[in-house]
Amino acid sequence: MAAQIVKRASLNRSTISDWIKGLLSRLKNDGGQGPSFQSRTFEVDELSAAQPLKRHYSSGTRTCTLIPGDGIGPEISAAVQKIFQAANVPIEWEVVDVTPVRGPDGLFNIPQAAIDSVNKNKIGLKGPLMTPVGKGHRSLNLALRKEFNLYANVRPCRSLEGYQTLYDNVDVVTIRENTEGEYSGIEHEIVDGVVQSIKLITEEASARVAEYAFAYAKDNGRQKVTAVHKANIMRMSDGLFLRCCRDAAEKHPDIKFEEKYLDTVCLNMVQDPSKYDVLVMPNLYGDILSDMCAGLVGGLGLTPSGNMGLNGALFESVHGTAPDIAGKDLANPTALLLSAVMMLRHMELNAQADKIEKAAFDTIKEGKYRTGDLGGKAKCSEFTNEICSKIQAS
Amino acid sequence: MALWNKNLWCVLSKVAQNVPATCVAPCNRLIHSSPPAAIQAEVSKPEGRTTCTLIPGDGVGPELVHSVQEVFKAAGVPVDFEPFFFSEVNPTLSATLEQVTNSITKNGICLKGVLASPDYSNVGELQTLNMKLRRSLDLYANVVHVKSLPGVKSRHQNIDTIIIREMTEGEYSALEHESVKGVVECLKVVTRTKSQRIAKFAFDYATKTGRKKVTAVHKANIMKLGDGLFLKSCQDIAKLYPKIEFEAMIVDNCTMQMVSSPHQFDVMVLPNLYGNILDNLACGLVGGAGVVGGASYSPECVVFEPGARHTFAQAVGKNVANPTAMLLCAAKMLNHVNLRFYGDMLRGAIDKVLKGGKVRTKDLGGQSTTKEFTYAVINNLR
Repeated sequence: MAAQIVKRASLNRSTISDWIKGLLSRLKNDGGQGPSFQSRTFEVDELSAAQPLKRHYSSGTRTCTLIPGDGIGPEISAAVQKIFQAANVPIEWEVVDVTPVRGPDGLFNIPQAAIDSVNKNKIGLKGPLMTPVGKGHRSLNLALRKEFNLYANVRPCRSLEGYQTLYDNVDVVTIRENTEGEYSGIEHEIVDGVVQSIKLITEEASARVAEYAFAYAKDNGRQKVTAVHKANIMRMSDGLFLRCCRDAAEKHPDIKFEEKYLDTVCLNMVQDPSKYDVLVMPNLYGDILSDMCAGLVGGLGLTPSGNMGLNGALFESVHGTAPDIAGKDLANPTALLLSAVMMLRHMELNAQADKIEKAAFDTIKEGKYRTGDLGGKAKCSEFTNEICSKIQAS
Repeated sequence: MALWNKNLWCVLSKVAQNVPATCVAPCNRLIHSSPPAAIQAEVSKPEGRTTCTLIPGDGVGPELVHSVQEVFKAAGVPVDFEPFFFSEVNPTLSATLEQVTNSITKNGICLKGVLASPDYSNVGELQTLNMKLRRSLDLYANVVHVKSLPGVKSRHQNIDTIIIREMTEGEYSALEHESVKGVVECLKVVTRTKSQRIAKFAFDYATKTGRKKVTAVHKANIMKLGDGLFLKSCQDIAKLYPKIEFEAMIVDNCTMQMVSSPHQFDVMVLPNLYGNILDNLACGLVGGAGVVGGASYSPECVVFEPGARHTFAQAVGKNVANPTAMLLCAAKMLNHVNLRFYGDMLRGAIDKVLKGGKVRTKDLGGQSTTKEFTYAVINNLR
């Protein structure tokens, strides 16, 4: 452990105090138990080996790519920037535009500058993007996903204190395989009126996402991972996914593991959401369940989302562009702000992350400055200012 | 007679149009559901006996079916059961598929518990027994009427949605192979014929039950060809029913809407897997797997089975399962074979027990056993 600290220190002189604080708080979470302390050391080792991007930052200030997006995107991005400034987060934003341009091959695609920026910074924050329907170019979200090999989508859903929905105590994280499965995009029409869509499941991708789920559970102090599947119907494909999860579970004996059918999870989730902790699943099921869980806590405007990739990580708000309220200072920046908080945690800037998160939750809890979607009357800027003043006061 | 012919022609040519009152009866015959209520003068005690195939199923199925049999005995329902032990997890004792399908084809009706589908077949088959039964009988339409029950506590009140699910193709085609080691392909098959068939069924069902709106659920933004074909088929059929509103919704948004504002849904039509998801989700909203009945239709026969299918294997022999779903299935079955007298009697007794709230099984927050609930229903038969 000491060797680790020294290694870190030499890499990262200016943020060492942050890092030690984070480490201390983690140790506290562990309850100081011997075995888990050991496994923690191992995990840091493994992480730094598997994800070199975490050691990438040599100077005090790090650069992040910011894709403001369309519709309400620019407003909520500005809100996040302002809050980050108030919290003195050592981050510099590199704002890029991803409006598709026609490439040399005649196809519309993301501008090279945006791709280069994310590749260089290895980390990005993205507002909502509009995908024009049937305009001949593929969804930008899909393109970004492909470009950066974003293999796992993480969506924590937590009931917000002070904002009542019908479901209390929701605290689940859905982790979704993001590169294959039902969304492989391989389809053909055999004869007129008969279509085959192929659901592709590979051992490589399944093992990768399963391993990530357990690593996430460990890093975030979670107790249990549930694999969601339908292997009783799709015996080979979901069976393979399930086997990969079992293999990963064996490597992480300190995290509880269970297997549940998709339909059972759907049924239980609406009756008693506290039954579940971290859920890991193939693409389509993840898509459906993550939106459903967002529905439990009050919609996509409140849930952050992160995409982990081989070539970097992209954090985003998954709600729509809401063109009807764009530019009117009415949007709720919570989802993007919480995604940015997730990003800070990913960069191990835990102190700032906690500070911002607490200010945001407190503001919502007090209920004085809530935006329209939460039943309040506040403008986006008022909500943002309140969070900033809370941060500065703390 | 001439008028009659004219009316009949009108029905056959444009089903969806506003048909005159005299046509209501023939119109109803176009879908295979309960006999038309319009031509039934009054509910009287019927004569003769009906035979019904009975598949208790796995898990708590036999206990629930026993409960139905007790109630039928007490009420003197003129139905004889033809029981078959049919199970995938217990293949040595199971009746053959042929015996079961023959019986159902002969009787036209079946009351079925839940069949367990293990993750691995003992003979290495990809098809589950459930799939085989559905395929061989062509049970293409599964109808689950999700309705808030009186006296059952749940987060949302007054839910009333009909979920219609295609059950013979889609993700449940059981066509899978491992191309190379570690790479598995699973085919989802969507055909125009079957998509149009289920869409037509949904619109006919909506017409018959006086519903206003049909929602098609899909993921055509990602699966452009497969779900696209399903969506297109629904849109095509919708044009034939101008009186019924049609809307399309993407499945992930649909689940989100279902948990936050379920009242917007009227009739929903879905491909196989999404149907499975939404069935269970909606059942969760109104009280769980133990309180929702359902039915699967083929052109020839009907299988009545619970709306959310879970074997509840951990409760076997403990006498704690809730027989409501199975009793509701039985009530639906009685109405279907024109034993409305007994169907209404059973339905009324169930409602009374639930509303009274004194006898509740564990899933509804009570302490009563399956048997106690059954006896309470029997005591409330009028």
